[in-house]
Amino acid sequence: MTLHPILAALRKHKAGVVLIAMQIALTLAIVCNAVFIIGQRIERVNRPTGLDESNLFLITQQWVDAPGEDTPGGVDKLDAMQLEDLAALRQVPDVVSVAPINSMPLLDSSWNGAIASKPGDTQFRGKSVTRTTYYFSDDQMLPTLGVRLVAGRAFNAGDVGHQGFRDQRDPDIVILTKALADKLFPNGAVGKAVYLNGGNKPVTVIGVVERMQVPYAGGGDEVAWNSTLIPTRLNANFARYAVRTKPGRLDDVMRAVTPALYKVNPMRVLDDDSVRSFTEIRDKAYRADLGMAILMGVVCLILLCVTAAGIVGLTSFWVGQRHRQIGVRRALGARKIDILHYFQIENLLIAGSGVVIGVLLAVGLNQWLMSHYEMTRIPILYVLTGVLAMLAIGQAAVFVPARRASNVPPVVATRAV
Amino acid sequence: MFAYYLDLALRSLRRNKALTALMVLAIALGIGASMTTLTVLHVLSGDPLPGRSGSLYYPQMDPRDMDGYKPQDDPPEQVTWIDGMALLHAKRARYQALMTGGAVPIQPANSAIDPFFEDARYTSADFFPMFDVPFLFGHGWNAADDGASAHVVVLSRKLNDKLFGGKDSTGQMLRVDDMAFRIVGVLDSWRPTPHFYDLYTGSYSSEEGVFVPLTTATDMKFTHNGSNDCWGKGQSDNMKTATCTWLQLWVQLDTPAEAAAYRKFLLNYSSEQKALGRFQRPPNVRLPDVMGWLDYNKVVPSDVHLQVWLAFGFLLVCLVNTVGLMLAKFLRRSGELGIRRALGASRRSLFAQLLTEAGVVGLVGGSGGLLLALLGLWLVRRQPSDYAALAYLDLPMLLATFAAAVVATLLAGLLPAWRACLIPPALQLKSN
Repeated sequence: MTLHPILAALRKHKAGVVLIAMQIALTLAIVCNAVFIIGQRIERVNRPTGLDESNLFLITQQWVDAPGEDTPGGVDKLDAMQLEDLAALRQVPDVVSVAPINSMPLLDSSWNGAIASKPGDTQFRGKSVTRTTYYFSDDQMLPTLGVRLVAGRAFNAGDVGHQGFRDQRDPDIVILTKALADKLFPNGAVGKAVYLNGGNKPVTVIGVVERMQVPYAGGGDEVAWNSTLIPTRLNANFARYAVRTKPGRLDDVMRAVTPALYKVNPMRVLDDDSVRSFTEIRDKAYRADLGMAILMGVVCLILLCVTAAGIVGLTSFWVGQRHRQIGVRRALGARKIDILHYFQIENLLIAGSGVVIGVLLAVGLNQWLMSHYEMTRIPILYVLTGVLAMLAIGQAAVFVPARRASNVPPVVATRAV
Repeated sequence: MFAYYLDLALRSLRRNKALTALMVLAIALGIGASMTTLTVLHVLSGDPLPGRSGSLYYPQMDPRDMDGYKPQDDPPEQVTWIDGMALLHAKRARYQALMTGGAVPIQPANSAIDPFFEDARYTSADFFPMFDVPFLFGHGWNAADDGASAHVVVLSRKLNDKLFGGKDSTGQMLRVDDMAFRIVGVLDSWRPTPHFYDLYTGSYSSEEGVFVPLTTATDMKFTHNGSNDCWGKGQSDNMKTATCTWLQLWVQLDTPAEAAAYRKFLLNYSSEQKALGRFQRPPNVRLPDVMGWLDYNKVVPSDVHLQVWLAFGFLLVCLVNTVGLMLAKFLRRSGELGIRRALGASRRSLFAQLLTEAGVVGLVGGSGGLLLALLGLWLVRRQPSDYAALAYLDLPMLLATFAAAVVATLLAGLLPAWRACLIPPALQLKSN
């Protein structure tokens, strides 16, 4: 079949053609970008924390009337209280290990600073310095969190010290994540010296762990795994404890820790939010991202339905309008399949011009989003998939009215007028 | 005439139910989505204290050392204890209040309630008159209480309901972090949105349950929440001398002249501190008002903006869809329209008739959109974000929903109606 009669016919109803093409173009532009945003959000949600997340929970508690850090012996008293709690938690049945910790991945409460391979560098120029999050814990940290050591050694009991929460002293040794170690020391970090927060005191790297995410869930990949682990218990009027339980015993242990801690010392605040499983922490951190992804998904789906319905509506109208012409064609020898093909090719032409404009619009929209929001360039694969999807939807939508057209009997040509 | 057009429109719409339903549904979905997201944006970018926000200002200055200095840097977003107290005591404005957020353990006298944490605001006496905070019982504390680090506390209505069953609790004692505090006042419901006076404890967080003098909270070393930006030797145990900015200062200046005078005062203060050697950078002061401060901090989450754009894109596609369908609908009736023209109807009256039909679709679509917007907002309120509870449709937005639906559909009807009016009457009569 030649295209000429189709093109000639299209010229007769420009307005309808332009409207369908425009609708397809806009839908393509919006859906491509929305699906790309959904993809980004899901990718972020699926980012591994580096932790063994099952059977893990966190206790956040505060003592009432605890000694001040700056009163004489205050820090030592606070540390003794913390050690008492840790010992009591280890006695709770089905607890595998317990570690004091200042924050957790995805908890959104962090202590951040700069880490450098040269002393006195805080200007964030070049590769020798980068941002990092500090995790303060003890020798039980790696087994409790399920973080894997890939080089050097883990902290042992002798490494662990304690200091007041506001004490800015640098530690002697640290463990880095692989992401951070590779950035600062591409040739292996174990045994090298790092300098924290622009200080001059060399701090030795004794080990490297595979991965441990920072507490802030929204960060880009370049900072998401920049964690520095410090073997120090922080002493303040509050403390956080990470607890790993035996498989399947999480709920029971979570219920048992509150009475166990009250037994040690009733002068503390432990409310509903104080004991949270890691699953809850993760859900809370990514709730907004998931909500946005679902919303975008629903809007895309409705948008595609509206566009498909629009194509069905307009093509139906054209079929009705050309009822007699179709009959004439059939009477002149056109087969049913020819009529069907006519409408399918017509739709392909309109949708084809629509997607060409749509691709331009999609790229333009992506550019605009990049300049206004946290977005990256849309991969061409998304656009191509979108193009194919739009063409397929066009064909699917045109099928029903086109079939109706092909069923117009040739006898129509002789009727009416 | 209008009644006749309306009758014609209804007849025509009833004739092709599927097409009509499709148009109405498209308009309803587009309007519903747009109005849901716009309402959320409207609520989030609203004025927290209508009528007062224009005269409330947020002084900023730069007390940092030269480490990492760049001339185009903005001053820190908060002030140090020393500067905050100096400006507070200078009393150059009608009202001034220094504040920060925190959380305190509350130990209820009623042993049926376990001790719990409550969000607290540590501030100074002018907080209450400056922000026009409504009191249910009692009143705020005064400057003498600030000076004496008095153990006084003001409760929110919600906390008073929880602890005292909503009765007048002024004069009673409340144990906070194992110390007795005298309750001097209970607030009525008060929730400025956004939480403009302290964006570091959540841009849309609800009001605090406990208000305590800042001097008392600092002396007792109550836990401080929010941002703490340090330089030089940085944090120390004594927040009063630490080289950290961690406090928000608000002042009330009633006229632009007062604001200009205050800005000059800030400049003079900065120069004086530089001369004394406490400040090292050149004086760099700002004095944004409430809305300026909210804009600077971009409090409205970017996701909310993104949702609005998405919804408008969606509405646009729905409208293009409606234009197409209406075009089909009107042109299908060429015969009828041709007869009306031949019988003497002017193009104008034909145009009016077709637009009436479009308007009816818009009105029905608008009602559907309103229902969908209510459903959408109900879904938003079920979200866990701290602004979720605020997502309600107010009267202006409700009227705007209808107006938007009708105007959008009329616009969508313009092209089809115009095209239909161009039909030459004779041709139509002949072919039929």
